[in-house]
Amino acid sequence: MTINHHLDDATILAYAAGTLDPAISIVVASHIAWCPECRAEVRRAERLGGELVDGLDGELVSENCRERTFASLGTAALHRLPVKTAHPGREELPYPLQRLLGPRGLEALNWKKKVPGISIADIPVSGGKSVLKVMSLAPGIAMPVHGHRGEEITMILKGAYSDEMGRFARGDVADLDEDVEHKPVVEQGETCICLIAEEAPARFKSIFARLLQPYFGI
Amino acid sequence: MVENVGSSPSSGEREHLEHLLKQVAAKRDRECFAALFDYFAPRIKSFMMRKGVSAELAEDLVQETMVAVWTKAALYSAEKGTVSTWIFTIARNRRIDRARRESSAHFTDIDDFDAASDDPASDERLNRAQEDGYVARALAQIPAEQREILILSYVEDVPQSEIAARLKMPLGTVKSRMRLAYKRLKKLLEKVN
Ligand SMILES: [Zn+2]
Repeated sequence: MTINHHLDDATILAYAAGTLDPAISIVVASHIAWCPECRAEVRRAERLGGELVDGLDGELVSENCRERTFASLGTAALHRLPVKTAHPGREELPYPLQRLLGPRGLEALNWKKKVPGISIADIPVSGGKSVLKVMSLAPGIAMPVHGHRGEEITMILKGAYSDEMGRFARGDVADLDEDVEHKPVVEQGETCICLIAEEAPARFKSIFARLLQPYFGI
Repeated sequence: MVENVGSSPSSGEREHLEHLLKQVAAKRDRECFAALFDYFAPRIKSFMMRKGVSAELAEDLVQETMVAVWTKAALYSAEKGTVSTWIFTIARNRRIDRARRESSAHFTDIDDFDAASDDPASDERLNRAQEDGYVARALAQIPAEQREILILSYVEDVPQSEIAARLKMPLGTVKSRMRLAYKRLKKLLEKVN
């Protein structure tokens, strides 16, 4: 897997700072699980956080808090080493998404056929203003031109599509500015599965409504 | 009890913090843990309170973070960053997980699936730069409006969309300022190396 489309620096910074919505964090974490370059960037951005914490003026901590902390050391279970994936990038789903979905993965979801060739499943994630979903696109399907209003980030889990910005394949992310318009065409031969987080759709604002508008004339 | 700390530690102090953490990992040394507690607890409390958390909850999070430092000490490796960076990530994850208590989406830390750094050489370089306080100095060198956005994001935990609303500017401008600030920082760091 060669990754050609990466996360925006602003997204990396927000992820390291911990200010992204849960749904968006999952897409970001999924990309960095497969992308060593963005992983190194996140580490760099986290260092900035460490530096900022070092520079803070301290708040007086109560004796009670200190005592409680020391009292719980004896019973705290030691943390074991994290399990390293045997073949990062070769598993079907990136670790953060797999962990969220459980062993049945994408099959556990409630897929809905929207129009011929396009199926969508919501992934419930509570908290935040963004929603998470996966979209399955049949080989060769062309989507209507659409823009991206509000925060939206897409990761390709399988297959590939091409648009004005290039070819997006497994592992790539489309972390686009709001004002970009594009017209993706899915490659022949393989179904394309995308993981998408977007700001909770206002009326007709969701990517799906926007995509479906030309079909239904709404 | 430590109060009113604030200036970044010197490289000697950073080495000392690393030494303390290694003693905790290797020997379960409570005195070394106490010294770490005295350095970090007030900063973590302040970090949490700057995010709008009550003093009481901030102390709960101090406790959770410091207990995690105790249980995870053996997982720390210097090539991932300084002790301060490592503890910042623990504190950040605790706060997020607390906020998402009912949620299925726990914050995925890189360490969950990445035991060691991918690029030790360049990481080492940045780490050294940080140890010597270059990051702090580089931060002081970027334009105030870019620094403001970084601090709002990291320290005060304000989402980018809200920074945009607060500063009455489009989200795109906030993002491009963040990008600019980050680029400048990286360039300043490359220069000193
Ligand atoms: Zn990447």
